[in-house]
Amino acid sequence: MGKVEIVSAPPAKATSLLGAGDVAPDFSLPATPDQRISLRELRGRPVILAFYPADWSPVCSDQMGLYNEILPEFSRQNAELLGISVDGVWCHLAFSGQRKLHFPLLADFEPKGAVARAYGVYRDGDGVTERALFVIDGGGVIRWSYVSPIGVNPGADGILAALDDLSREKEMAR
Amino acid sequence: MSTHSPRLTLPVGTRDHALGPADAPVTLVEYGDYECPHCGRAHGVVRSVRQKTGDRLRFIYRNFPLSKAHPHAMHAAEAAEAAGAQGRFWEMHDKLFENQQNLEDADLLRYAQEAGLDVGRFTQDMESHAFADRVQEDFRSGMRSGVNGTPTFFVNDVRYNGGSRVEPLLSAIERVA
Repeated sequence: MGKVEIVSAPPAKATSLLGAGDVAPDFSLPATPDQRISLRELRGRPVILAFYPADWSPVCSDQMGLYNEILPEFSRQNAELLGISVDGVWCHLAFSGQRKLHFPLLADFEPKGAVARAYGVYRDGDGVTERALFVIDGGGVIRWSYVSPIGVNPGADGILAALDDLSREKEMAR
Repeated sequence: MSTHSPRLTLPVGTRDHALGPADAPVTLVEYGDYECPHCGRAHGVVRSVRQKTGDRLRFIYRNFPLSKAHPHAMHAAEAAEAAGAQGRFWEMHDKLFENQQNLEDADLLRYAQEAGLDVGRFTQDMESHAFADRVQEDFRSGMRSGVNGTPTFFVNDVRYNGGSRVEPLLSAIERVA
């Protein structure tokens, strides 16, 4: 993925949880100290946004580790997975390196949690994002969203079911 | 906020490795990884739970190797399945969990010998990855059923979200027994 210009400042206003049928707010966030990823550049293929509270979850088989293992299945559906938390890029870099993650972690760091707010998944009192999942279709429309209780790893079944629905639709449209 | 209690998408059947009576009122399914320390601890928990529940519980183990985090997990799972093909799944299963720090291929071979397997056949099955597809099938069924890490338990087909400790697992079982 190449270097990308900032397309627009992410909206800072808090909204309620976005769900199926809502247009996915665009964003451009740093994935590494010198690379940004915008949602718009991924148009044409499904995108999975996985908001999670913080890097360095204490269990060995945490949510991001699980998605790392399931990545081939997401790729089979031509879907791009993006992890998002309010941690900074250097924290993400260390976390990602230690866990050998093979997908980008985006830093919703400054203004803090702005993208999470736009999707309605920022936890004001805690200063972190909800544990929330969004599946966005190739046209930039949210097709499925889910907020998990913060301490419960939601797994991948909901994401996979939403991706299945997208594939089926595509088949039928053919 | 909705609560999410995923269910098993691949029903328990004859393909599964089972301990306990087929007509037990409760079936406990574990998705596990032989190199995961949490699963190592859960191994003892399952043993206690089985002792306390007796014939009222059937236990099923399925593979969910987190291969990127645990480099030996896939081979260990294949070894258990290879032992299973010779009717010794549980012997190998126990050895793997009791020796989580030693899961090199040479160790697996030694466990095969100790479990009384036909070592020639075992070696051949390991080299040809005869049971890799079977392990993948377990993994994919877990992924579709809401397995969210290892170990993940299902009590009568519904994902159990509590801790991997004896008391909460027992009460979840008692609730449906």
